[in-house]
Amino acid sequence: MSSPTSTPGGRKRGRNANPSTPSSEGPTSPPSQRRRGQDSSTGDLMPMPTSPATDMLSPSAPQDTSLFSSPRPSVLPNEVDMSSPLMYGTPSSRVEGTPRSGVRGTPARQRPDLGSVRKAPQVDLQSEPPSADGAVASEPNAGQKLVIWGTDVNVGTCKEKFQRFLQRFIDPTSNEDENAGLDLNEPLYMQKLEEISVVGDPVLNVNCRHIQSFDAELYRQLISYPQEVIPTFDMAVNELFFERFPDSILEYQIQVRPYNALKTRNMRSLNPEDIDQLITISGMVIRTSQLIPEMQEAFFQCQVCAFSTRVEVDRGRIAEPAVCRNCNTTHSLALVHNRSAFSDKQMIKIQESPEDMPAGQTPHTTIVYAHNDLVDKVQPGDRVNITGIYRAVPMRVNPRQSNVKSVYKTHIDAIHFRKTDERRLHGLDEEAEQKLFTEDRVQTLKELAAKPDVYERLSSALAPSIYEHEDIKKGILLQLFGGTRKDFSQTGRGSFRAEVNILLCGDPGTSKSQLLQYVYNLVPRGQYTSGKGSSAVGLTAYVMKDPETRQLVLQTGALVLSDNGICCIDEFDKMSDNTRSVLHEVMEQQTLSIAKAGIICQLNARTAVLAAANPVESQWNPKKTTIENIQLPHTLLSRFDLIFLMLDPQDEAYDRRLAHHLVSLYYQSEEQMEEEFLDMAVLRDYIAYARTYINPRLSEEASQALIEAYVDMRKIGSGRGMVSAYPRQLESLIRLAEAHAKVRFSEKVETIDVEEAKRLHREALKQSATDPRTGFVDISILTTGMSATARKRKEEVAQALKKLIQAKGKTPAMKYQQLLEDLRGQSETAITKELFDEALRALADEDYLTVTGKTVRLLA
Amino acid sequence: MPSTHDWINNPLGVVPSLNDVPLHYLKPNSLVKFRCLIQDMFDPEFYMGVYETVDPSTKAKVLRCGKYKDVTECGVDFNSRNTVTAERQTFYCVPIPGENPWVKDISSSCHSSRVVPSTSYVPSRQKRSYEEDDDMDDMDTHPTEQHGNGDCKRLETEAPSSQMTPASHLDLNFPLPGEKGPSCLVKVYEDWDSFKLNDTLEVYGILSVSPALSALADEKDASSSLLDPAECMETAEEQRVHSPPASLVPRLHMLYAKTLPHNNPLLPSAPLEDNSAFLSSTLSEMASVRAELLTYLTHVLLGDALAAEYLILHLISNVYTRRDVLPLGKFTLNLSGCPTVASYTERFYQIIQQLVPCSYYLGMSLQNMNQMRLVPKKDYVANRLVSGALQLARNTSLFLDETQLEQGQLDTTGVRNVTALGNLISWQKVDYDFNYHQMEFPCNINVLIASEGRSLLPSDCQIHLQPQVGPATMEEYLSSIHMHPQASSQLNKLRIYLSVARLLDYSISDEMTKSVEDDFVDMRKDDPQSISAEDLHRMLVVARLLSLSLGQTSLSRDSWLRAKHIEALRRSRMEQHKCVNGNEP
Repeated sequence: MSSPTSTPGGRKRGRNANPSTPSSEGPTSPPSQRRRGQDSSTGDLMPMPTSPATDMLSPSAPQDTSLFSSPRPSVLPNEVDMSSPLMYGTPSSRVEGTPRSGVRGTPARQRPDLGSVRKAPQVDLQSEPPSADGAVASEPNAGQKLVIWGTDVNVGTCKEKFQRFLQRFIDPTSNEDENAGLDLNEPLYMQKLEEISVVGDPVLNVNCRHIQSFDAELYRQLISYPQEVIPTFDMAVNELFFERFPDSILEYQIQVRPYNALKTRNMRSLNPEDIDQLITISGMVIRTSQLIPEMQEAFFQCQVCAFSTRVEVDRGRIAEPAVCRNCNTTHSLALVHNRSAFSDKQMIKIQESPEDMPAGQTPHTTIVYAHNDLVDKVQPGDRVNITGIYRAVPMRVNPRQSNVKSVYKTHIDAIHFRKTDERRLHGLDEEAEQKLFTEDRVQTLKELAAKPDVYERLSSALAPSIYEHEDIKKGILLQLFGGTRKDFSQTGRGSFRAEVNILLCGDPGTSKSQLLQYVYNLVPRGQYTSGKGSSAVGLTAYVMKDPETRQLVLQTGALVLSDNGICCIDEFDKMSDNTRSVLHEVMEQQTLSIAKAGIICQLNARTAVLAAANPVESQWNPKKTTIENIQLPHTLLSRFDLIFLMLDPQDEAYDRRLAHHLVSLYYQSEEQMEEEFLDMAVLRDYIAYARTYINPRLSEEASQALIEAYVDMRKIGSGRGMVSAYPRQLESLIRLAEAHAKVRFSEKVETIDVEEAKRLHREALKQSATDPRTGFVDISILTTGMSATARKRKEEVAQALKKLIQAKGKTPAMKYQQLLEDLRGQSETAITKELFDEALRALADEDYLTVTGKTVRLLA
Repeated sequence: MPSTHDWINNPLGVVPSLNDVPLHYLKPNSLVKFRCLIQDMFDPEFYMGVYETVDPSTKAKVLRCGKYKDVTECGVDFNSRNTVTAERQTFYCVPIPGENPWVKDISSSCHSSRVVPSTSYVPSRQKRSYEEDDDMDDMDTHPTEQHGNGDCKRLETEAPSSQMTPASHLDLNFPLPGEKGPSCLVKVYEDWDSFKLNDTLEVYGILSVSPALSALADEKDASSSLLDPAECMETAEEQRVHSPPASLVPRLHMLYAKTLPHNNPLLPSAPLEDNSAFLSSTLSEMASVRAELLTYLTHVLLGDALAAEYLILHLISNVYTRRDVLPLGKFTLNLSGCPTVASYTERFYQIIQQLVPCSYYLGMSLQNMNQMRLVPKKDYVANRLVSGALQLARNTSLFLDETQLEQGQLDTTGVRNVTALGNLISWQKVDYDFNYHQMEFPCNINVLIASEGRSLLPSDCQIHLQPQVGPATMEEYLSSIHMHPQASSQLNKLRIYLSVARLLDYSISDEMTKSVEDDFVDMRKDDPQSISAEDLHRMLVVARLLSLSLGQTSLSRDSWLRAKHIEALRRSRMEQHKCVNGNEP
């Protein structure tokens, strides 16, 4: 392919094409055309700068890699300004005609993301400033250490290092989803190159963390001089690629896109030192501009002799040639737009994510420019991690004005986008990379987890301003941790719910709302709504017309927004039935189906629900069951794992402690309070860490304990002829046990976890499912809405009523009121009107009688 | 050279205030001060901290400092190795919203008496001051003195018109409708993280009204067709908002700023603890002034002494700390049973306006609720936070007039506004709308709700007004309130009293804690239904405010009993009015 003999010839011809002797070439033939002809004739001559940003060497000939600097002047294309010793910015997209394979046949694509600074001459470290005629650079001295001007990057070494990295790097612990399907014990990036050769998408994403672990020095250079190092990487990878897959055809040469620069920064911490460095910042896209065609290369044609020339854009400007080189006419060149080269560009504004913000400040925004195929990769509202080069450009100097604004404009030239919320669409919720913990923090958290009373500590740290209610806090704590997510979709049951749902009911003014507010403030993805104000639409999703695009868009509501978080719903009882019905699906299947305005879809809503409800009669009536008190459908109630009552205990010792707590709230200083309780930030990190990294599984003993517990629960009821536990309760127990194991940072669910889950579950049941008539815990109150004794009593009354009517003999119609009084007179227990009505209804169901208004008719 | 701080405390350093002196009377590049609220925070900007200029004729290079300036000197060498890029932050500041006229009058009178001679502002005077003050700003080299001077003249002729019509084409983004005054772009050079949105500041800084800034903006409009990627990216709106003409929105380069705990000009500027003489003299008078105020307010509240008592407590309330989500010390008062005749609520508000430094009257009419923007909202096109009426400085009195309520339906905005008010009252926070998410900003606003029946909004404490005046004579009575001759010195006393009472520290001794606990247990013993944890919360706040209103910094047995007493009175009154309307739970 590249015969060494052809190179000198090319060099010679290249020298001939020197503009100092333009007359030596035929004046009729425009140089650009001539060059193309030259390329096709020699085949291997054309320098293929892989990156126009630096264009320092031609990777075409293998021998060039060692003596890369020597042949360069020889291959200079004739229209480049020869006063400069080096060739700058030759857009190789012009090259056509060669077979489209191999490194030379594939056009390189401009990388405007690396900026337009084209001056990257190499300097010898030993010899001082580069001589003006470029003697140093052209000296074929392989022993000297050549670096790119202004940096300490030696192209050759850098290339070698990167190729070594690509060939050797193995990451057996990789868990990135994009590496799925790759053999972890083989060199990772070689497999990716293979993928490129198959798929034909010439982009190689390189994780900077891998480079760092492989070669820290290379990593440092990459971070500090991305503009110079990335083109070198490009060259290296292309050489390697076409060596391996000489026959593959790519649209253009492979571009390296590093991401995950470890210097991941908060937008707020960007400072002048980061200018021109490779950075990764996270944020939310708030605006994207329309596509902007940016001129890369201008095409000029002489009006007199039709001689054409091309001029590259340098720092956003085009130097219009004043004299035609062919006919020497001044000011005769005109720009021809449709022959100029343009590239796509888009302005994207990103804003700090709300999680990264200090309190009391407004979010910062940064401008990002996306180029070529990165255009339209992100949409407003996306959470992204952007890797790019931070730039600061002075405001335009206006020749008409003597003084200028002393402010720079800053932006980021994007090299790589990574959507952080994309993965949420896939089944798993790996927030691993969203929240990075420092070593110290992990250490603190682990120390905390090792304490025997960590469970108590954490639960008391929860909402310290709310007094006591220890079990409720423990329940909420377990809810914050959640169970382990299990996937049974292969066996046909779909995924199991891992979230714990909790309902708090109780007297008004028992700080239920406060507890909800606290939880809402604690979790990163929490939503707070009030049942009174929210509609089904507000909770699920609605379709609206986007004011900008005038298209119908689906806007998500609170339940979807709190996916992987907690949805706090206050005044649960005041919700309309319609609204409540959407919760059925969410609270068990964890999805949300929508069919409206032509949009039919199913959204994930893997949210834990923390609801608060007030009793119907403003005060909790202890003589009634939970269902009767809060008037919620039992179908919904049974979906709550824990139902707690927050009641006023009315006991002197409690009162005293409460008073003490409240008074101290009002006079203790901030510091004193903090000493007593865990910091909210620690708690938040603790939960986030456990949720991310701990996935407990049931141990053998724990399974046995769970089985026993379930059997016990079933047994309680069977003695009295009622069902006291359903599989749903068993699932709740498992979830709670798992959550408790998470609190301990344990990968295994053990017996103590099950014990606590049992205890908590029992406590909650004791409060909410106690039959007020018998004093027994009766799960059917929650599952069927009526206790077993109540059902029995209803049947008895109906039978008694039937007997009474039968005793009356043949009277086809009776007065309602009369019948009620008769029944009351006969029965020894009190018969309420409701009970009577129910009995009548039961008899009507038997087709024994009908009730019309105030008359009861017998059917027979 | 003395430090900035010394210099500012120096009584000789008489600094003109942007609040009082019209912009066109102020000299560019001079030291001014500005009493303001941080309405928005823009993105940090990089500027040339140090740069080099080249004289085109002599080729001499000079190093220059770019700090505290917007515009560089001529002939900047962009490739110089000596250029140092530095970072600064821009805040968009507006005068404190809802600042009452008396505050403005007093602060301007005590300044103008010193700054400007009584001969009012004469344009020729400006020139003199120019020369006088020349030595003052030693950090400014005045290379463009001639230039700047000429511009000032030009500004002078233009400025009055722009003052009359405060930029109809340019929305200065004041939180409250109908506000006036200059807004300002404050450039902060250090410690900008310590400032928070809605902080009230007194900024001392160098005024920059360089016309070059506006020229730059103008030129951009003209040349926007030019192919310059950096410029066509920014929308016209954003351009307008972020670099408005300097004649309307001057730039202020901050040298020093102090956060204002209050903006009452009658109080000494130093913190109370440092000013023991003032504190002790005020404290000693506190009880007597309180009695005076009580009489006055009783009179205003149609002879209802109990309501007047609660009103005092409300006026000095203050969120002094937060326990996780719970704000402590807030005391939202719902004054129900307000007469609807003779625009009583408006007059009542006017009286409050005379007493507190900042206040705002929000009539809860259907139209207002459905149309007003209460919650600030981020405008991503112009990249700014569009203010709303709830973006208020701390301790602003928000007067909600529910008697304006009429029949009709609240639309989406209306419901959102009412929810925002409810959140403000219950949690003392406002959720700013950032389109993709909401962001919570804590606030400290005293909300007073005047209503006929029980308010539809939550409140910490409701008291039903019992007018001692018959409806027939109401009109006459009300007009007499308005005429009530309050000598200004008398009024000033009341104003000082209210501000000082709010700033006092407060504690509860261990014995008192014990006795309060005992009391609570006893009360619960008699009748558990009668007092709940919430009632204890309220009683503790009432006791706190009552003590402070009497100038006592710790809870005494007497105050506790008195607090219990007035609470009992209030509750018994509430029993009577239980069935005023259907809003009761």
